[in-house]
Amino acid sequence: MLPELGHFALILALLLAGLQALFGIAGPWLGRERWVAAVTPAVAGQAVMVSTAVACLIASFVGNDFSVSYVAENSNTALPLFYRVAAMWGAHEGSLLLWILLLALWTVAVAIGSSGLPQRFAARVLGVLGVVSFGFLLFTLATSNPFLRLDPPAPDGRDLNPILQDPGLAVHPPILYTGYVGFAVAFAFACAAMLEGRLDQDWARWTRPWTTAAWSFLTCGIALGSFWAYYELGWGGFWFWDPVENASFMPWLVGTALVHSLAVTDKRGLFKSWTLLLAILAFSLSMLGTFLVRSGVLVSVHSFAADPSRGIFILVFLIVMIGGALALYAWRAPLLKSTAGFELGARESFLLFNNVLLVIAAGTVFAGTLAPLISDALKLGTVSVGPPYFNPTFLMSMLPLIALLSVGIHANWKRGRLKDKQRMLLYTFVVAAVLGCGLAFGVYYRGKLLSAVGATLGMWIVLSSLVDPIDRWRRGLSVPRAVLGMTTAHLGLALAVIALTTVQSFTTERDVALSPGETASVGGYEFRFLGVQPVEGPNYDALGGTVEVTRHGAPVALLKPQKRSYWVQHQVTSETAIKMHHGSNVLIALGESLGAGRWSLRIQIRPLVSLIWLAAFIMAVGGALAATDRRYRAAGAPAGARAAVAAQGAA
Amino acid sequence: MNRFLLPLGIFALLAVVLAIGIRHSPDKGLIASPLLGKPAPQFSLPDLADPARQVRSADLRGRWYLFNVWGTWCGECRAEHDMLLKAHRANLLPIIGLDWKDEEGNARSWLTQLGNPYDSVAVDASGREAIDWGVYAAPETFLVNPHGIIVFKHLGALTDETWAREIVPRVTGAPQKGS
Repeated sequence: MLPELGHFALILALLLAGLQALFGIAGPWLGRERWVAAVTPAVAGQAVMVSTAVACLIASFVGNDFSVSYVAENSNTALPLFYRVAAMWGAHEGSLLLWILLLALWTVAVAIGSSGLPQRFAARVLGVLGVVSFGFLLFTLATSNPFLRLDPPAPDGRDLNPILQDPGLAVHPPILYTGYVGFAVAFAFACAAMLEGRLDQDWARWTRPWTTAAWSFLTCGIALGSFWAYYELGWGGFWFWDPVENASFMPWLVGTALVHSLAVTDKRGLFKSWTLLLAILAFSLSMLGTFLVRSGVLVSVHSFAADPSRGIFILVFLIVMIGGALALYAWRAPLLKSTAGFELGARESFLLFNNVLLVIAAGTVFAGTLAPLISDALKLGTVSVGPPYFNPTFLMSMLPLIALLSVGIHANWKRGRLKDKQRMLLYTFVVAAVLGCGLAFGVYYRGKLLSAVGATLGMWIVLSSLVDPIDRWRRGLSVPRAVLGMTTAHLGLALAVIALTTVQSFTTERDVALSPGETASVGGYEFRFLGVQPVEGPNYDALGGTVEVTRHGAPVALLKPQKRSYWVQHQVTSETAIKMHHGSNVLIALGESLGAGRWSLRIQIRPLVSLIWLAAFIMAVGGALAATDRRYRAAGAPAGARAAVAAQGAA
Repeated sequence: MNRFLLPLGIFALLAVVLAIGIRHSPDKGLIASPLLGKPAPQFSLPDLADPARQVRSADLRGRWYLFNVWGTWCGECRAEHDMLLKAHRANLLPIIGLDWKDEEGNARSWLTQLGNPYDSVAVDASGREAIDWGVYAAPETFLVNPHGIIVFKHLGALTDETWAREIVPRVTGAPQKGS
């Protein structure tokens, strides 16, 4: 009964989304006030229906209803309750439903938050969001219905993919999707502004908190994903330039550019058409990411089951949405004229560089991700593009960006008067260089250029960012929340740069073969292998190794890497054992048995690696601070931005 | 020409590429790409016929061989079986089976009933070995050259056409058409 109810609710949600789109876009167009007034009820109704559908699917999981094919494929009676709930989004159909739920919640937040906006404009924004919802609901119902029954019902389920049985699963996709989907709001504001021909600065100010909030979620989501791959999948790295990772990283890069260019459009009325284009681009890349992941066009370690018919549907949908928005852009953008100018050393110039470099970075990632596809389409043979391409090209656009950041935050709007800041910039740079080189050459001995450069630039951002807030604080002035947020996010970036370049330069990795009682020494640590014992888990059997780690004879940790064999899917996963020690990560993965109690072990020492995720989290906090600045609320616009952050966080 | 049309034009080009991409996937090309031209994974796995013995990649060094991933639970593998028997009779190269996530008893009776096309069958009950080969779904067939490099991969049931056009010419060194 419940699955049918959920299915029915989803159909109603589709109809309501259609009405929301029709009333929201056609209402203001034709000047029908009553249509405009009907948009908000449609939004509310759609959210209720989508929530009902999600609740029904979760209930089927919790109640072990294996007559539902999606439940039978992704759950099992032995699966703990927590994972039965999380299994809802463990595969394609459910994760799509999660996407739709989050979009509905964002839409509700926008509806609440835009009570202060002109009614017609708000209706248009909600109408565009309605089109997006409609497309995804239609996609779900037509090609990926999670409520399909299995006849006869399965006696027991196939179990959730063991890789996904981890607390990381419970939080990673919802947070990542919240970020992805959040860019739909910026997209909708841009489209509404173009539809209305209201291309002044207002739309940019109204959009800012939403975009920053979405960016924060995306930052968190990407970091969690990377963390999860690192310690759960045991792949021994934090970033693989995998198509699915890139699919989330490209919207992040463009979204970062958008956050900055919105600031210019809001404050100075410049970059207007460029900002519109970025708003379209950020969400287009989010949708393209969905396409790449779902259609099976690109191969990835993350791929859910691929299905060409789904790919064709998404492609058509992409063409309608992105093509439509870009056509709208081609029609409206020529009307824009920038009235103000700026000097070379002004803040606008630095933000322009920021935008250009971020878009170039996104472009190189895009090219690398699609290269296999394009070369195949042109019959140039199959190629695969990996870190040897991504690392240097990405670095090339990122290093100048990071170098310019320290200077750019001190530049004034409009006028290029950097002269009076020269001395301060020079001092901070010298101190940063001493600290940075000290870290690279002093602490880790074997100095490497990348690490020295990265640490210096990172330190420079830290020092340079702190100059203004400290100055304000000493003079007893308050620091506006938006400035505090910006500074926090920049500090996060600085830490990320330091951590990333250090990890890249100083990771030690060794494969060793040990018999019980033997010791290997790697990177200043000693590893004493104590043997392997069988371990029994709730729905798996495992072999657990024990390794005693010491540094110069002093105990550090007793690490227990495991190899787990899950009963139902007969899949083996490797549980890496990790110990934080003085900011470094010591990792041990259990390899293969070599007979007679002898095992191969992979040992890695990664300095500062934990700092990467901490840094990303700091960036996200900075974004959250900036998004909740009083300025946006005082403007009467998205009073609900905070409510949105709270609501999305709870989701 | 309006420069604001440029993004639309670029997107139109991209859409064409994606459309071609869909048409190609998932049966050829892209899915095969990560492992092609790379060394085949080294393995040493229990032999289905005699679990005390091992099927080892090292023993196959210096010869062409076909690596076929199958399981008794897999319907397509049943459909493929006759083709494999035919390939076995051609006696062109050894065929190594990987019995994937399967019950050994079922696998043995399957081979007794349907005939055994394999020179040896390695048992991968846990699915661990298949992960190393990047197996996407059974059946999958890999062609490995005497240097231990994967030169060709076929997804789904092996066909006469693939055998005649992709595998035989590579092994016999006959000139290939169209690639």
